[in-house]
Amino acid sequence: MKGMTIIVKKIGQIICPVIFMFGLYIILHGHLTPGGGFAGGVIMAGAFILQILANGNILPNLRKEEEGLEFMESAAILGFLILAGLGLLFSGGVVFFANFLDKGELGKLISGGFIPIENIVVGAEVCAAIATIFIAMVVYKDEEKK
Amino acid sequence: MNSLIPLFVIIPLGCAFLMAMLGRFIKNINKFITPIFMLSLVYLTFHFIINSEGTLIYKVGGFEPVNGIPIAIYMVMDGLTKLILLVISLVGFLAIFYSLSYTKQYTSERKFYVLFSLMIAGMNGIVLSGDIFNIFVFLEIAAISSYALVAFGVEKQQLEASFKYQVLGGIASLIILLAIGLIYWNTGTLNIADISRQLTINCSSPTGTNVFIKFISVLLIAGFGLKAAIFPFHTWLPDAHSSAPSPISAMLSGVLIKAVGIYVIIRLFFNMFPLSYELSMTITVLGTISMIIGGLLAIGQWDIKRMLAYSSISQIGYIVLGLGIGMLVLATGGNKAVAALSITGGLFHLLNHSIFKGLLFLSAGAVEYRTGTRDMRKMGGLSEVLPITSRTSLVGSLAISGIPPFNGFFSKLIIIIAAIQAQYYVLAFLAVLVSVITIAYFMKLQKYTFYNNDGSKWKEKKIKEVPFSMAFSMIVMALLCITLSLLVIPDVREIFLKPAVDVLINTADYSTKILGM
Repeated sequence: MKGMTIIVKKIGQIICPVIFMFGLYIILHGHLTPGGGFAGGVIMAGAFILQILANGNILPNLRKEEEGLEFMESAAILGFLILAGLGLLFSGGVVFFANFLDKGELGKLISGGFIPIENIVVGAEVCAAIATIFIAMVVYKDEEKK
Repeated sequence: MNSLIPLFVIIPLGCAFLMAMLGRFIKNINKFITPIFMLSLVYLTFHFIINSEGTLIYKVGGFEPVNGIPIAIYMVMDGLTKLILLVISLVGFLAIFYSLSYTKQYTSERKFYVLFSLMIAGMNGIVLSGDIFNIFVFLEIAAISSYALVAFGVEKQQLEASFKYQVLGGIASLIILLAIGLIYWNTGTLNIADISRQLTINCSSPTGTNVFIKFISVLLIAGFGLKAAIFPFHTWLPDAHSSAPSPISAMLSGVLIKAVGIYVIIRLFFNMFPLSYELSMTITVLGTISMIIGGLLAIGQWDIKRMLAYSSISQIGYIVLGLGIGMLVLATGGNKAVAALSITGGLFHLLNHSIFKGLLFLSAGAVEYRTGTRDMRKMGGLSEVLPITSRTSLVGSLAISGIPPFNGFFSKLIIIIAAIQAQYYVLAFLAVLVSVITIAYFMKLQKYTFYNNDGSKWKEKKIKEVPFSMAFSMIVMALLCITLSLLVIPDVREIFLKPAVDVLINTADYSTKILGM
């Protein structure tokens, strides 16, 4: 697909890192503030989609991008499952999803056991999934034109 | 023992995403690993059936109930669960083994195995969940992967069928979600056992609650009836099940409509709602009508898989009829032994149907794989060139039509005897009548597909018997059709069917056991 005018491109360049950082912030503070893996992941994917919309991209690149994202998605889900399985292992084979890490002090960034780690994994998964859906639509439309 | 329960969801889910990752780098790894994972599920199911008794409860996250109110997500494994898990894992393994050769015609084989494992994970989740909202979540996992699998061939007809399936499935999900929302609004809980307790407390007071329960029940019958393709909601099934790839048709017809539809209906209406005469009658009548309509519609079909799909509607009717009579007898306070016999018949037929309908769809797939057509008028004489497929298909047809000594005969017999004992003579007569209709259309299928001429047309084209993996699955299923008749022997029935029947007969036990009171 084609990109947009110079104004949109420039604004996109300025705003995208901010959006991306905000998404990361939401994911990392998932156990302390509202939001978490899902919301943060969607915001991060938003930054990604904005870039494609503003600057445009060519079909082969998009396909490559899509493959990478698909891999990231599967890897993230597997990571989530392994974390939950580790809970099973560390709790002596009793509790799936057991919180086996030190829970830390309430309100600190590094606290809550493995909840933050799971949030990160969920964030990666959601970001990859939303971006994949978007790219799949773009690829479909570009192919249809041909 | 309890801690092994989540493995039923972890194994297929892990398998799916492992395949999605590794399949990109290592060619054909799916074909080696997926059957092994499925086989481990079969092993795990048998392990539970043989070594465990009573109700096993698993609380995800290890949260204990507070003041007797369950707060964790519960996974419950009792007799009924084990029976359905057996069906899922057994047919799932045989279907995936069959697919090893069958999927060679598709370009993206990797995704087939990913979606298949996801569907298994969804169904296992539904069956194990003790929580009505998680049933909905897993139902969506199973349903969405099955939408994609129906459209797997990406031809016009398949896409159309998948679209129809998606629209109706979406409506069903919406209705179910509405019902779940209303239940939560009224009882303040999502745990099935806890809902059951709340409803019994509420029931004794004003009449308003009864109206509420009836409304919810109707919504749930409509929603899960759509998933199970019971009579007025059956229109999506013939399209979806006939255009899917054959191993998927076997899974959809053999397992999915039972795990997603029938299982949830009986779990909720036996163990959650207080039994009522009106609802039992509704379910029985719907089952009877789908039994007759499915049978009558199947006769006129010329598409081999479409005929099998209509036959599924008819056989699902038998299962619902058996369970419905049991429900009626329990609701009217009749003899418990009659109810037990009727429910045994229904569950036995459920198990049998998954095997012989799976077998018939796999055989139809084998025919389509070699001849490239599904139209019976263009076939004929295939028994000369496809001896194994012809024999296994014959076994499946005999079993489904209820010819002794195959399993279908015994389950139908039990249902009919139970109907007579419960003094529903009309229902018993209709069941016999539909059995005759079943023989009629399966004779048509056998004649036009495998006999009718000397098969010289196919010999000229040099058509060979199907590859090993397909033949193996069909032969195993054909053997199962005979061995499952052993379930009529009381000692064998004790192990497989009786625990499941007990769960349904003692309706209130489910919630008292889980809540620990």
